[in-house]
Parts: sequence; structure tokens; C-alpha cells
Amino acid sequence: MKELLFISVVILVFMISGCSVEKPKTKAVYMLLDTSGTYTKELDKAQKIINYLLATLNSGDSLAVARIDSGSFSEKDIVSKVTFDIRPSVVSEQKRSFKRGIDNFVSGVKGSPYTDITGGVLQATEFLNETQADEKIILVFSDLKEDLVKGHVRDFSIPLVDIQVVALNVTKLRSDNVDPRHYLNRVSKWQERINQGGGTWSVLNDLERLDRLIAG
Amino acid sequence: MNSELLLLWSDYLAVSLTVWLILIVLSMYLGRSQAHQLISSTTGALRTLFRLIARSFNQLARRLSNRNKEIILSQGREAVERKVEREFHRVNTLVKKDLSGYPAAQRKINDAIERIEEDFSNSIEAPPLPPSWIEGVETIAKTAKAADPTVVLILENINQSLGKAQKDALDEYRKVSQGRHDALKNMLPTWRNVSQQLSEINKNVDGIENQAKVIDKHMEEYESIRNKDESAVRKLLSSSATQLFISGLVLIIAILGGFINFQLIALPMSEMVGGTSQLGPMKTADVAAMVIIMVEIAMGLFLMESLRITHLFPVISSMDDKMRKRMLIITLSILTILAGFEASLAYMRDLLALDREALTQSLSGSEIITAEFRWIPSIGQMVIGFILPFTLAFIAIPLESFVQSFRTVVGALFCQFLQIIDVLCRMTGNIIHRCGHILIRLYDLLIFIPLVVEEQFNHTKRASKHEKKRVKENEIQVPVLTEEKLS
Repeated sequence: MKELLFISVVILVFMISGCSVEKPKTKAVYMLLDTSGTYTKELDKAQKIINYLLATLNSGDSLAVARIDSGSFSEKDIVSKVTFDIRPSVVSEQKRSFKRGIDNFVSGVKGSPYTDITGGVLQATEFLNETQADEKIILVFSDLKEDLVKGHVRDFSIPLVDIQVVALNVTKLRSDNVDPRHYLNRVSKWQERINQGGGTWSVLNDLERLDRLIAG
Repeated sequence: MNSELLLLWSDYLAVSLTVWLILIVLSMYLGRSQAHQLISSTTGALRTLFRLIARSFNQLARRLSNRNKEIILSQGREAVERKVEREFHRVNTLVKKDLSGYPAAQRKINDAIERIEEDFSNSIEAPPLPPSWIEGVETIAKTAKAADPTVVLILENINQSLGKAQKDALDEYRKVSQGRHDALKNMLPTWRNVSQQLSEINKNVDGIENQAKVIDKHMEEYESIRNKDESAVRKLLSSSATQLFISGLVLIIAILGGFINFQLIALPMSEMVGGTSQLGPMKTADVAAMVIIMVEIAMGLFLMESLRITHLFPVISSMDDKMRKRMLIITLSILTILAGFEASLAYMRDLLALDREALTQSLSGSEIITAEFRWIPSIGQMVIGFILPFTLAFIAIPLESFVQSFRTVVGALFCQFLQIIDVLCRMTGNIIHRCGHILIRLYDLLIFIPLVVEEQFNHTKRASKHEKKRVKENEIQVPVLTEEKLS
């Protein structure tokens, strides 16, 4: 009888110690959309990616979509942002609202003359750090060709500790076809900058593999 | 270092090895008796140790077996007592229900018998009076032919009057007979009534007799259990194993039912407690859903206990009837409220699933399809959500059987396990002892050369000793013989 009591107490202690309230791992995704020049034609693909993100992210996760224009280090460039509620019914409504916002943006987007990717990444870093999510991801939907307004300073290290940066749909430019080293240099330059900032870098051109990134 | 040691005696490996071998064999030969003693004492001690362990396991198994036997017999006794009690209750009901009408039936039968007697007495045939005047009439008839015609006429008139009177008497007789037949006919339904009443009484008596036979059978079983018969123990153990299997099967079905219940309420629960917080490795919503199910099961246990169907909680069983009835009402009310709550959660789950489906379709860009007769699964889910808590309440019955039979069956299995350990320990002890003998033989095999030499030496020594003894004997015998011869 004593042994039984002892075993029960041990089990109870283990159960109580195992029942501490834990916060589940949350994700925060910030997607940058390049709206410069001809890249606006690629936005329907971005829309599909956003829909996929909406379908995949759950309660507690955060999602923001921002445009890359001439000066992207600004809250004004955030098209839509949301942190999903703890109630599933509210989450569904938030997702619907988010989708509507993106649809409106895509239908009325105008191309910007310059491309400030660094500013966008900086803005994304700020947003992601504020969310205090366990997993932070920046999706850069761009050809990675930065074109800054004269006078804008962007040649410094970006603080990207614990942030994963993924370049999506990095299209090859006409000049890349003439000399593919341009493309390779562009990608490696960005990789170097991200790694210098403490983040991790990857390129995902095949959008079918996006599930590995988000689900993983 | 090793090679130096190997080549200690000579630069030639073979020579050095031979020297080593000789030295080892020689030292082994010299320490032979000590080595034998060491092996024997070690294996003997191990054997004793294993025998002691085996004995303790055997004693433990015996104690456990006795304890199991006591438990099995106690459970069996309780079960038979309950059966006998139930049978007596049935007999009581039978007696109250059927034999309470016995005085009325007896009165009916008595009335019927009286009526039968009355009818029978009415139907007794009165014998016709003997015709005493027939001889006088015959005499007059014989003399009439020779008599006066007037007399003849008178006689004929008399004859006619007599004939008429006879006819009237015959008619009267037939009428009376008809009346008697009618009386007998009236007796028929009364007879049938009596027969029916008697057959009913017979049936009731037969029923009681059958119940008495069943009680006798249970009493025999009870006697056997009280006498602690081995056959009764075996029977009860076998019954326990069957009970364990059946109740286990029913519990698995109940667990599956609980899983379905969980699926119905887990998703809508996240609307209440949130879908992000976690308790350990589980979502809080899932834990909350499980708690609801557990509470339902607990209420079911109390309900069954209050109804005295199960006997898991002696405190509830021993409550007075008023208190028990209150508890019954409270548990049933809570269970009903929980069932209603689950039904609403099931409906909410359906709504959430529909909403999610619509959102997924919208995000994937496909056309939103609204299924027809969507209300059927919605109502189905609500009904299941309402019924499952009540179904889970009945889990108490197989649970009680499972707990009781598990104790006895596991006890018996553990007893068998201990006995197997006992046998294995004994076997190991004996094997170690035999291994000691084999080791001694192997030891001797390694030093067989000095042993053979020793044996040869001993043999020679014995032979020379024997020879010396023989010579000595011969030397002693010769003077005796000489002396004898001389004498």
C-alpha cells in the first residue's frame, strides 16, 4: 500500500512539473514585394504565396506584407499586417480581411522608379523583433537588383540576428543572360550582407518548395 | 613488455614458451588441491545463494497465491450472495404477484365446485316407478276375449286411457331428462374454469419450483466457495479471465467513443480557452476537452454508483436512500448539462469547419461550393455530442469488472512468474554446481602430465609396497610351515 502511495506521489509530481504553461512556437513572416519596373507583373505569384501563408499560419503567428519602393524604410510601405487571434473564428475573419487588402493592393499597384531593398529589410527587422516570435522570416520577392535614390545611404551591416531571409522568385535580368556572373554576384552579395548581419540566407526560386520553409 | 616476459627464459620463443608452460603446469599441479577447493567452495556458495533466492521467490509465490485465492473466493462469495439475493427477490416478487391472488382463485374454485355439485345433484335421474299394475292388466286382458262385449268395450276404453297415460308419462320423462341434460351442459364452462384456475396455479407453482432449483444451484456454488474447493477457485479464476477480456474489449470501445467525443469538442474548445496556450506538450484546448470528457466519465461513475449498479465507492453505496436519490438527481443533472454543452460545441465545430473550408477555398482561388443537405451532418454531430456523454456514463460497469478481474488475473500471472523465477534460480544454481565439477576436470586436464606421472609413481610405489608385503608374508609363513613339518 505504501509503495502504491509512493508511486502515485511520484507520478503526480511528474505530471505537475510537466504541466507548466508553455508558449507554443510562434512564427512571424514579413514579405517584401518588389514593385519596381516590370517586376509588378510578377505580383500575381506573390499573391499566391501570400494566400499560401494565410492558409498555413495559425493563431499567435504574425504576417506583414510591405512594398519595396524608392524609400522602403517606412511604415507607410506596409500594405497589410496582422497578428492572428487566439480564437479560430476571429482568425478566419482576419485572414479574409488580409486577403481583401492584398487583392486591392495588387489590383491598383503602380511601379516605383527605384528599388530600396535594404530599407525594406530594415523595416522588416524592426517589425519582426517587435513581434517577439520564436521564428522570424523575411521573404524578399524581388530580383534583388537594388536601385537607390541618389543620397540614400544603405551600405552598412543590417542587424538580422535569429532572422531567416529567403529570396523568392529571383528572376534573371536581361543582363544576367549576357553574363550570368552578374546574377551570381548579386545573390552572393546579398548572402554576404545577410550573414554579416547574423541572419541566415537562402534562395527559393521553385515556389512549390515553399511548404518546406513554412512547415519546417 | 609482454614479448620481454615471453622471451624471459630464452631468445627462442618456443623454448621460452615451453619453460613457461612447464612452470605454469608445475605451479598448477602444486596448487591443485587449493584450486579444487576454491572452485568447489565458490560454486557451492553460488548454488546455495541461488537456492536461497529460489526459496524466497517460492515463499513469495505461495503467499501471493494464498492471497489471490482469498481474494478470488471473497469476490466469488460476494457475487454468489448477490445472485442468491436477486433470486430470492424474484421469488418474493413471484409470490407477491401470483400467489397473492391464490385465496381469490380458491374461492372461485370452491364456488365452481359448489355449482358443479348442485348441477350434478339436479342431473340425477329419478328411476321410473315399477309397473305393478301390469300383471292385473295382463290377467284382465287374457279373460277379456271370452267376456261380455260391454266389458270388452270398457276394457278397450281402459286400454286407450292407459295408453294415453303412458304416452303422457313418457313425454314427461323425456322433458325431465332434457332438463337434466341441460344441467349437465351448464357444468361444462364451470369445469373449464376450474381447470384453467388449476393450471394457472400449477404454472405459478412450477415457476417457484424453477426459481428454487436455481437458488439450490447457487447455494451449491456458495457451499463450494465456502469450503474453499480448488475446483471453485479454478472456476472463479477462469471466470475472472473471461471477465477481464470482455470488459477490456468494452473499455477499448468506450475509449474509441471517448476519442470521437474528444474530436467533436477539441476544436470549438479553442474558441473558449484560446488556440495558442499549451499545458506541457499539449494544447490547453485539448486538455480542456479531455477534462470535460473525464468529468462526464466521473459523473457516469457516480450515477451508476448511486443506482447501485456498481460498487466502486463504498461511501456512496452506504449512503441512506434519501441522500443517494439526491446524488442521483445531481449527477444526472450535471451529465445532462454537459451533454447539452457538448451538443452545442459539436454544432460550433461544424460551423468552424465550414468557415475554414470556405476560407481555404477562397485562398486557393477556387469557387466556393455550398453543399446541399449540409444540415444533416450538423444535426448528426449535435445528436452524437448529446448522446456520447450518456454512453460514456456506462463505462463504469465494464470498468468495475475490469478492475476486479485485473487484480485477480494479474495476481495469478505474477504468481506464475514468481514460480518460473523460482525454477530458473534452482536451475541456475544446479548448473553452476555442475560447472564447478567441469572446471575441476578441466583443471586436471591441463595438468594431466604431472598427474599421470604421479599416478604412475604411486602405482609403482604401491606395487613395490605390495611386493615387499608379500615377501614379508612369505618370510613369516616359511618358518611356520617348517615348524609344522618338523612337528
